[in-house]
Amino acid sequence: MSDPAGASAVAAAVADAHRREWAFVLAATVRVTRDLDVAEECVQEAFAAALTDWRRSGVPTRPGAWLTTAARRRALNVVRHRGVESRYLPLLVEEETLPGPGDALDDEGAPIPDDRLRLVVTCCHPALDRPAQVALTLRLLCGLSTAEVARAFLVSEPTMAARITRAKKKIAVARIPYRVPPAAELPERVDAVLSVVHLLFTTGHTTPVGDELVRRDLVERSVELCRMLRRLLPRDPAVAGLLALLLLTDARRETRTAPDGRLLLLEEQDRARWDRAAIAEGVSLVREALRARPPSRYALQAAIAAVHAESPRWEDTDWREVVALYDVLVRLWPSPVVALNRAVAVGFASGPAAGLAALDALSAEPQLAGYGYLPAARADLLRRLGRVAEAREAYTEALLLTQNAVERAFLEGRLRGTGG
Amino acid sequence: MSQYLILIYEDETRYETASPEVTAEITAEHEAFAAGVEAHGAKLLGGEALQPTGTATSVRGGSEVTDGPFVETKEALGGYYLVDAPDLDTALAVARTVPARFGGVEVRPVMTFD
Repeated sequence: MSDPAGASAVAAAVADAHRREWAFVLAATVRVTRDLDVAEECVQEAFAAALTDWRRSGVPTRPGAWLTTAARRRALNVVRHRGVESRYLPLLVEEETLPGPGDALDDEGAPIPDDRLRLVVTCCHPALDRPAQVALTLRLLCGLSTAEVARAFLVSEPTMAARITRAKKKIAVARIPYRVPPAAELPERVDAVLSVVHLLFTTGHTTPVGDELVRRDLVERSVELCRMLRRLLPRDPAVAGLLALLLLTDARRETRTAPDGRLLLLEEQDRARWDRAAIAEGVSLVREALRARPPSRYALQAAIAAVHAESPRWEDTDWREVVALYDVLVRLWPSPVVALNRAVAVGFASGPAAGLAALDALSAEPQLAGYGYLPAARADLLRRLGRVAEAREAYTEALLLTQNAVERAFLEGRLRGTGG
Repeated sequence: MSQYLILIYEDETRYETASPEVTAEITAEHEAFAAGVEAHGAKLLGGEALQPTGTATSVRGGSEVTDGPFVETKEALGGYYLVDAPDLDTALAVARTVPARFGGVEVRPVMTFD
């Protein structure tokens, strides 16, 4: 224990522990309560107690261990008081699992099954719909309040509260097990977890609606979640690929808008201000992730991001390499959005006419109807071809489909630039 | 252990047009399914096939009697299995082996009252 600390230092230490240790403390407490709601209450109380206790006794050297002990002690009391008559006990089925390949090592170097892995696969169980998976992940893994989760996904607090309650009720009533699935099922389950983390990141990276381009909190939460998964599953190439993708994409965060808030395209960004440490880490993870056969979609997307990150100037971008990577991606993971991005890359590798041809092949894709990036990409290719009237039409169409203020301002600027 | 009802929803017109060979094949698949349930750590408590929806009669509000199923859908309830399983993952593992080539199945926990 260090010396008794000041109020602001303690508040900062508790906030830091909340960010880093919430999932760990909650997962360890669920083991005692076997009930998510009771565990959450006990963990919240433990964090509240830390605010006063740590002022008296100083910030403990291992805040996570302190909080876990405090939360579990409360949980034991609740379980004891509730007694055997509780019809909710046990809500969660827990089996004593043997250590798995992805387990972290304890102080003595022995593998320990990590409760956080059980918690995250429970939150992302395929029997829950995607909005519920996302809400539970933010609530239970990141410790966000219902109000914060609601704000992140632009729904009202009562709507989000109902969604979370419904999901927890399903976990309890349908008996979604609280355990790490057997090895054979793990890849599929991890895939669902990665989709949720990726969705959190993309929602934060370019906020669909609103005045800001980036939702910093969501981006940082998703990177932290991905780092946690990497610690829990250090040998999973898809996890390495996703972490690489997030790091390489987020390395450009500070340069995506000008000081006046204007959107800056890749070609206009100040590459000297890209986060070199994140890029170095991302590139080394990509190398590892690409060794898997076949590589995951995240590894391929990260490899594309790495080509941009490692190119000293926009003019030096190896577009042929980018297109080649998109070709593999489209083959392994066919999606109209991937095909759209590939068409944009073709527009740089082989000229705007070739890009437009690739793009027009996608115009009938029902999944791209209402997708603002399709007319935006088309507008840019038409502009580069000097087909100004058509470009204006496409910019106008893209504007109708974009609700992000920063993106709208960009498109309006382009529209003016083409004389519209 | 909890009880789960596995509801089988299929396009019944496909059964009407199925050859006797296909029908025999499906019957054999159901027998194989029933024999394999315990291997998942679950127990089969019961199950029945239903006559087609053309034989259904609905009663609303206790008085209004009408011809046909309660809800008209392309894939109709055609039968069920009742299983005892320790958790949803086990019930889903069993559900994946239910023969339902003309549709799919829905897994619902049975409500308990105490």
